[in-house]
Amino acid sequence: MIVLWTDGLIFILVLAIAVSITLMLRKPHFKRPLAKITQSKTGMVSLVVLLCFAGIGLLDSVHYKDSKTQDIISLLDHFARPLTERSEKTYSAPFSAYLYSKEMIIGEDGLEKWDYPRLKYGGAHLNNPEQEKWPDILSKAATGFGKGVVLALLLYLIFWMICGRKLAESFRPATKAALLTLFLVISLFYMLAYLSHWYHVLGTDKVGEDVFYQTLKSIRTGLVIGTLTTLMMLPLAIGFGIMAGFFRGWVDDVIQFVYTTLNSIPGVLLIAASILMVQVYMANHAEQFTSVLVRADMRLLFLCLILGVTSWTGLCRMLRAETLKLREMEFVQAAESLGVTRPTILIRHILPNVMHIVLISVVLDFSSLVLAEAVLSYINIGVDPTTYSWGNMINGARLEMARDPVVWWSLSAAFLFMFTLVLAANLFADTVRNAFDPRRAEHG
Amino acid sequence: MAEPLLQVKNLSVSFQQDTVVDAIDFDIYGGETFALVGESGSGKSITALSVLRLLPNNANIQADSIALNGQNLLTIPEIEFCRWRGRRIGLIFQDPMSSLNPVMTIGAQIAEVIRLHFSLKPADIERRVLELLQQVEIPNPQRRMREYPHQLSGGQRQRVMIAIALAGRPELLIADEPTTALDVTIQAQVLALLKKIQQQTGMALWLISHDLALVSNMADRIAVMEKGVLVETATRAEFFKQPKHPYSRKLLAALPEMRHCQDKTAMPSAPLLQVNDFKVWYPIRKGLFKRVVDHVRAVDGVSFSLQQGKTLALVGESGCGKTTLGKALLNLVPASGGQVWFDGIDLGQLSGEALRKKRAEIQMIFQDPFAAMNPRMLIADIIAEGLKALRPEINAEQRRQKVLQLLKQVELPASSAMRYPHEFSGGQRQRICIARALAVNPKLIICDEPTSALDVSVQAQILQLLKDLQQRQRLSYLFITHDLAVVGEIADEVAVMYQGKIVEMGPAKQVLMAPQHPYTQKLLKAVPVLAAV
Repeated sequence: MIVLWTDGLIFILVLAIAVSITLMLRKPHFKRPLAKITQSKTGMVSLVVLLCFAGIGLLDSVHYKDSKTQDIISLLDHFARPLTERSEKTYSAPFSAYLYSKEMIIGEDGLEKWDYPRLKYGGAHLNNPEQEKWPDILSKAATGFGKGVVLALLLYLIFWMICGRKLAESFRPATKAALLTLFLVISLFYMLAYLSHWYHVLGTDKVGEDVFYQTLKSIRTGLVIGTLTTLMMLPLAIGFGIMAGFFRGWVDDVIQFVYTTLNSIPGVLLIAASILMVQVYMANHAEQFTSVLVRADMRLLFLCLILGVTSWTGLCRMLRAETLKLREMEFVQAAESLGVTRPTILIRHILPNVMHIVLISVVLDFSSLVLAEAVLSYINIGVDPTTYSWGNMINGARLEMARDPVVWWSLSAAFLFMFTLVLAANLFADTVRNAFDPRRAEHG
Repeated sequence: MAEPLLQVKNLSVSFQQDTVVDAIDFDIYGGETFALVGESGSGKSITALSVLRLLPNNANIQADSIALNGQNLLTIPEIEFCRWRGRRIGLIFQDPMSSLNPVMTIGAQIAEVIRLHFSLKPADIERRVLELLQQVEIPNPQRRMREYPHQLSGGQRQRVMIAIALAGRPELLIADEPTTALDVTIQAQVLALLKKIQQQTGMALWLISHDLALVSNMADRIAVMEKGVLVETATRAEFFKQPKHPYSRKLLAALPEMRHCQDKTAMPSAPLLQVNDFKVWYPIRKGLFKRVVDHVRAVDGVSFSLQQGKTLALVGESGCGKTTLGKALLNLVPASGGQVWFDGIDLGQLSGEALRKKRAEIQMIFQDPFAAMNPRMLIADIIAEGLKALRPEINAEQRRQKVLQLLKQVELPASSAMRYPHEFSGGQRQRICIARALAVNPKLIICDEPTSALDVSVQAQILQLLKDLQQRQRLSYLFITHDLAVVGEIADEVAVMYQGKIVEMGPAKQVLMAPQHPYTQKLLKAVPVLAAV
């Protein structure tokens, strides 16, 4: 097993989340908001969707060296091997049996003609695609879905046998909704996986790679950029923000000076500079970066770091303003007169009262970070071109929008996955915020 | 009796399931002052707003009729009713600062109303604005009409609000707690002005207030509201002679009165708190290098002493420096000079940990019980906070016991411990704040207007609790307030502050009954007392 830098950080993050949830479960007054989340339908459904994304991302984060090809691949690559091996020549539409562009082909009559050739893999089992294709897709989809349902039911059965009794006691509409979502996701996913044995369900891209595979691989990139950047930016934003607001005076002056300066330098410039520096470093230390994957991973990590460094100022300013307001509140003064020390006041009184702002802006930033990656890829300072990412997909598809018929599938696939992820994250964050705000505890 | 000007029959207002006004009937006659009295949440403001049809859309208003001069207000289309508001019925709000537009001159804001209701030439409008400003007795109206709200004092802003309400020459003027945000002396002036204008114009005045003493000086007829129900309507004479409903009697009994002050002979003993020539100056900085050009003298050379187990009331109007003094004693605001001897120790000589521990023997109870507690902390944690900070050696179980004991002391159920502040009413929250202060065994508690955000009946309970605690634990209170009636209920000694200085100090009875300083006399004269009937 090989642990890349981002892999390590992701696993540390997952571990941290798991530990904090178990710690929270021990405290009775934290149990209440957590129970609140499990009671919210929207919250549970979006959590399931998020967990599915996270699951795929985690699968894609377990890297090892393949014994046959000597390449570094992830578990996801292992499961999706058929997809990676079945490349076409160039573009093809979803479920198509023909290539997107015309070629000189030799027909049945032995004559050369200018026409759309059949795909090597997509729909290759059909004799007469015009008539057979759609009935075949439907029947295969039904079979796939059926198998998916069976699989989901089997999983339920196992789950039920392990902890069924406990569940039955606390069975709520929200749990039902979550289970139903999970059921649908498993069945649909299985159906798509099943169908992709015969077809390219989301088409192929310029070099004939399966778009479905690309979108799955992009999930990890999106999650890494969203979470690691946030992780980088949060301590800076929260620490500086509440310190500037609470201590005022020269601390405030210095912090304000730093972020005003940082804000006035165009972010793109900083990012370009640091990415170039990393590239130069990697070129000079070629022995440390033996494979393409390691190099791409290093670049991704540095992109996260530099995005984090450039993007904390906005949140910092908001937190400073909120802290300025909070420090004048009487409960802070009461704590001061009780002899509570200043660090304790910051942690116990200020921090919990700005967390709602942090949560909202982090989730809103998440989508803009994923988009920022797309924009940066456009000017070639984003993730490595060999890294699968929604940004790279959009960037690649952008050039083909003018073609007739339009090459819409790369763009739509990237958009659809991004949309689902960001929407689920937003809805879930909303539920979390409501659950942890004691003033909203009674209502919906 | 003549036809009523405003006739409200069977009015109910509800939000979703909550009925906030429940089938009330009342009449207001032309030229009279009608007072609607009730505690917060009793539905009195909602009643006024429903007559003006200014309630949010989710309010469900039902009434047999709300008639102004015989015309049912509920059947008038909204577009026509816009011309009624301000023209036929005027309204004055509680807070003059937030009711005026900060970026418009006051002249323009008055002219806006005149232009809306009368078609006049610009010159005539200006003349009318001047006339109105003169009517509300704003000095130098020519200049004032070109000024912005922030350039005016609180009382003047309320006068401008009255001018705006009068601009449409309404038949009925609704005044919703018109003086609650003002100082006593200003309050008296504004009320006198309202009375005078009412006599000049002959309009009806509908006064909404929580203050029975104020109402007793103003109203011709009084209606008392409790939880959305009109429990009693009577003329002033009848009401104050023989209130019929038990709730009215309870309200009257809860009213704090100055003449309750006792003549306690002070036992000479060593003072707990001795303050000498105490100063809090804020520097005014100007220019590039922030040179200090002058100081705002918030507290300017104050000296007083307070004995153990006694209460010193610090009285003054807003801006006189009384809250700053309290906070500076706690070191929440840095002091600029003077000495503070507490419990025989000069606090100025202490520093670091010793100061932190000693300071904790002085605690504070704040004015706004809603802002005084971290909304994200459990009551148990809030009360235990001081214990955690000052006595880290005691364990969690002992702390829990102590919290429960404190809750019992302030007469709250033990189940409160695991709840959040927002689940409590104002009075209960103030009790929690008292428990928090008591947790560290203080010798002195600075009470900064602890009851001014509370209803009269709750105020009486909190004052009683404070008195009981004082007797049991020999606490001293520095009681900061603007309300002289409350002073009479609780204080042993009174110090009157004016512009950063103490102008008069002495035993409560002496200061309240025989004031020497002209400012104290003015202050006492302005306090609304129940009119003798």
